Amino acid sequence: MSAKTNALLCGARDTVPMLIGATPFGVIFGTLAVASGLSLPATLLMSALVFAGSAQFIAVSLIASGAGLVVLLLTTFIVNLRHALYSASLMSHVSHLSQRWKIPLAFWLTDESFAVVQRHYLDPQIPLESKHWYYLGSCLAMYSNWFLCTLVGALLGNALPGMAGWGLDFAMVATFTGIVVPLLRTRPMLLAAVVAGLVALVAYDLPWKLGLMLAALCGVSAGVLAERWSAAASVREVGNESV
Amino acid sequence: MSQFEAVLLLGMGVITFAIRYTLFAVGHRVRFSPLVQQALGYVPVAVLTAIIVPAVVMPDGNSLQLTLDNAYLVGGVVAVLIAAFSRNLLLTIFGSILVFFLWRWWLAG
Repeated sequence: MSAKTNALLCGARDTVPMLIGATPFGVIFGTLAVASGLSLPATLLMSALVFAGSAQFIAVSLIASGAGLVVLLLTTFIVNLRHALYSASLMSHVSHLSQRWKIPLAFWLTDESFAVVQRHYLDPQIPLESKHWYYLGSCLAMYSNWFLCTLVGALLGNALPGMAGWGLDFAMVATFTGIVVPLLRTRPMLLAAVVAGLVALVAYDLPWKLGLMLAALCGVSAGVLAERWSAAASVREVGNESV
Repeated sequence: MSQFEAVLLLGMGVITFAIRYTLFAVGHRVRFSPLVQQALGYVPVAVLTAIIVPAVVMPDGNSLQLTLDNAYLVGGVVAVLIAAFSRNLLLTIFGSILVFFLWRWWLAG
């Protein structure tokens, strides 16, 4: 087996934990999408062309509540903006690749693959030449699984209209919690999470999921302000000690 | 497929791809201001938490359910605990989904 194939398979293998979280999430997306009135081809195409679980989930609930295109697209932008951070962290690792690689790797960049691939890029013992094959393996595993799960969910949703009430959407909570909690290592980060969570609750009733955008904005601002204040405070402390 | 669906899919696809691809495309030629860089660092935690918290404490989307009959809350708290102590994603996902379904099953029984 060549080093490339090996890296590809390792990337897919290391993504298996993420597939376990994404599987019920994909199935429930398919189920909810058809229940919300999205046609079967549009449901499948959304998973194939957008490939962003949380944005797809929220879009479907917005469609069910009768939201218009502008609201849907704006929400997609806000919810997916975090991917800019992922590509910012990975861009130095992929800068040597051609556009033929960068385009699909960017298209397939999800929370789950980012979490797996970033850890791999940080390992200095693995040669850089095989790392994008590992990235590709992770992406292909996520993408094929996501599409198949959407298909299963959409077909099941057509057959069993009651499935939306089974609680499969908890898989999204489980996966996102598993991603967020290890990131809460500093006080500003913890504050950002607390503020975002509280604002999301208080502002939940705002129309068009604006509460989500407001919560994200408040959480980010709280984190940035807290970080600046604590940096300023430690500078003052150092200043006092030297006097 | 309706025209609304076609425009929606195209729009969502283009927006999502643009967000993911822009930095890969321009590569090292771009430098963020320190403020933007700092702010971007908080985006995943803020957005994901803002999605999780309402899903857990008001699963019906109408009112707060801070009680033990809310399996989402119980499962969510278990997920936080497992993640905090183990920092193992697979264990967090498996463990909390298991608790969630057992709790629902126990509540129903």
